[in-house]
Amino acid sequence: MVESFALRKRLPVSNMSAMKIAVCVKQVPDSWAEKKMVGGVLDRENVDAVLNDLDEYAVEEALRIAEAHGGNEEGGPHTVTVISMGPDRATDAVRKALSMGANDAILVTDAALAGSDALATSAVLAKVISDGGYDLVICGTESTDARMSVIPAMLSARLGWAQLTFASKVTVDPAGTVAITRVTEAGVDEISAAFPAVVSVVEKINEPRYPSFKGIMAAKKKTIAQKDLAAVGVTAQAAWSQVKDATPRPARAAGIKVSDEGNGGEALASYLAEKKLI
Amino acid sequence: MSTVLILADFSGDQITKTTAELATAGARIGAVTAVVIAPAGKGAAWAEQVKEGPVTSVVVVESADFVSAGVPAVADALAHVVKEKSPAALLIASHAFGKEVAARVAVLCDSGIITDAVDVAADASATQLVFGGSTTVHSQVSHGIPVITVRPNSIEADLAAASPAIENVTVVISDAAKKAKISSSQPPVKGGRPELTEANIVVSGGRGTDGNFAPVEAFADLLGAAVGASRAATDAGWYPHSHQVGQTGKTVSPQLYVACGISGAIQHRAGMQTSKTIVVVNKDPEAPLFDIADFGVVGDLFNVLPQATAAVAAKKG
Ligand SMILES: Cc1cc2nc3c(=O)[nH]c(=O)nc-3n(C[C@H](O)[C@H](O)[C@H](O)COP(=O)(O)OP(=O)(O)OC[C@H]3O[C@@H](n4cnc5c(N)ncnc54)[C@H](O)[C@@H]3O)c2cc1C
Ligand SMILES: Nc1ncnc2c1ncn2[C@@H]1O[C@H](COP(=O)(O)O)[C@@H](O)[C@H]1O
Repeated sequence: MVESFALRKRLPVSNMSAMKIAVCVKQVPDSWAEKKMVGGVLDRENVDAVLNDLDEYAVEEALRIAEAHGGNEEGGPHTVTVISMGPDRATDAVRKALSMGANDAILVTDAALAGSDALATSAVLAKVISDGGYDLVICGTESTDARMSVIPAMLSARLGWAQLTFASKVTVDPAGTVAITRVTEAGVDEISAAFPAVVSVVEKINEPRYPSFKGIMAAKKKTIAQKDLAAVGVTAQAAWSQVKDATPRPARAAGIKVSDEGNGGEALASYLAEKKLI
Repeated sequence: MSTVLILADFSGDQITKTTAELATAGARIGAVTAVVIAPAGKGAAWAEQVKEGPVTSVVVVESADFVSAGVPAVADALAHVVKEKSPAALLIASHAFGKEVAARVAVLCDSGIITDAVDVAADASATQLVFGGSTTVHSQVSHGIPVITVRPNSIEADLAAASPAIENVTVVISDAAKKAKISSSQPPVKGGRPELTEANIVVSGGRGTDGNFAPVEAFADLLGAAVGASRAATDAGWYPHSHQVGQTGKTVSPQLYVACGISGAIQHRAGMQTSKTIVVVNKDPEAPLFDIADFGVVGDLFNVLPQATAAVAAKKG
């Protein structure tokens, strides 16, 4: 302990404990868009696609972690790499993360990945992550399309890295430890681990920055390494769960609407009684 | 007959109603074994709470690691039991903890996973409501042991008394599952009200309460309801985060959802739009939540709710 502390003190600040941080982001259909199933998978072609908004918090947190310890741009010691698996047009979502301030990106695109489930996705992401030699991987808690909330735990299991998920607060010591406050329905936990670790962050953790004009311009010149499965070095695994059928449910129609003219509460009580809800 | 495993669901030291729901769904597929994963010293006390629902046996695993390492340790132990019993399916409650345990078990057992099922059939296929409840899908796992997380409160539980045989199993938790250390845990503060995801009725308040939840709580208490909140209300610190309903809060599907002073942003709707009946009180007639309300009152919640509370009380006699 004493020795490594002494060693760290002697290092010049510029290359002191450089952290390699990865952020996993997904491109998803716009929350407002009407979504349809076609042939057992979500029709992604015919809807507007955006960066999963919960992943913006992950990008923001990665940048803040780097900035709190010397930064990731203009000679700063750390790097923030965006990792995504998705079709060609997912470059838009990746570019947005870059325009917020991440350094570079890896996008895995391959026709064989269409229709992947979470297990297949996590296998591909885990390979990219383990090859990249990262200290920390930061994810959102959920993608707003599939809403599974499983990828961060799967990544931790596949990589054998610490799982620090549902973080409402992250504290990092660049020398190699990370601590979080986990908030779920089961309560509040304080958890810590040594690098490398998989972290997921809840939306209460920060307020994601808007890309500045400068950031948008800079992002145009940043590298997005687009790789197919051969380049990643994995083979596609077929999805292990299938949608057998999908039926649109009748849209919820507006029912009775009354204006309170002094007896709105009574009308409400009568409605509940009539529907045998009380 | 084949075996089905369920992960007995606990909140603090207390078994939840969801456990019997999982057993009820599991019994359609095979004989149900409930796995109780308990902190060291609590195995017996937890196991004896498995006394409702079609459960034939209980497997108890005890370890201090479940408290100090959390989800990864629980998943390790559960995967061990799954490999030993080769069940026809594994059912787990669909909340943050349950989904993460399921995710890791799926990886450890090379098995397909389905989350947020609202129903499970005898062939272990699952029904899900996706895209904000706008589409019903039926899904099936095609590889390994189907790992399915089931939404609390969506399957009617068979509450017949059970007297399962109890088996104790020892599992050595891997080092990989112990890399993160939990130094402190604070259970959610429980009031006297029902649990949000288990309640038949939920009364929620939003920014329109302006921080005064008293009329919302009074109405909820009269109906025996749980109290929910929009993110605007939890962010403002008016109500604990554990009561937030929506995309980044809890998903509820009660018989009756009463939204007071909540506009109906898509993130809020994501957590409540599969409720059977939706009632909205909002002073803005244009509030988007009215579009999906079965009954809406355009009015001030501070007038409408107290009057509704008095009127319901009078009807109840
Ligand atoms: C990533 C992300 C995740 C999110 N997750 C969630 C989530 O899980 N859950 C969630 O709820 N939100 C979530 N949100 C926030 C969501 O977008 C809305 O901001 C939020 O739901 C608004 O809460 P509200 O309806 O209470 O407030 P507002 O939208 O401000 O609406 C208040 C309503 O109260 C009415 N009102 C005011 N006074 C009265 C009165 N006296 N009587 C009657 N009516 C009155 C007003 O007419 C208005 O319609 C999320 C947002 C983001 C970006
Ligand atoms: N295709 C993907 N590419 C990169 N990251 C992903 C992908 N899918 C999910 N993630 C990450 O995993 C988190 C949880 O997603 P999910 O388990 O799909 O709900 C997201 O917030 C992302 O950070």
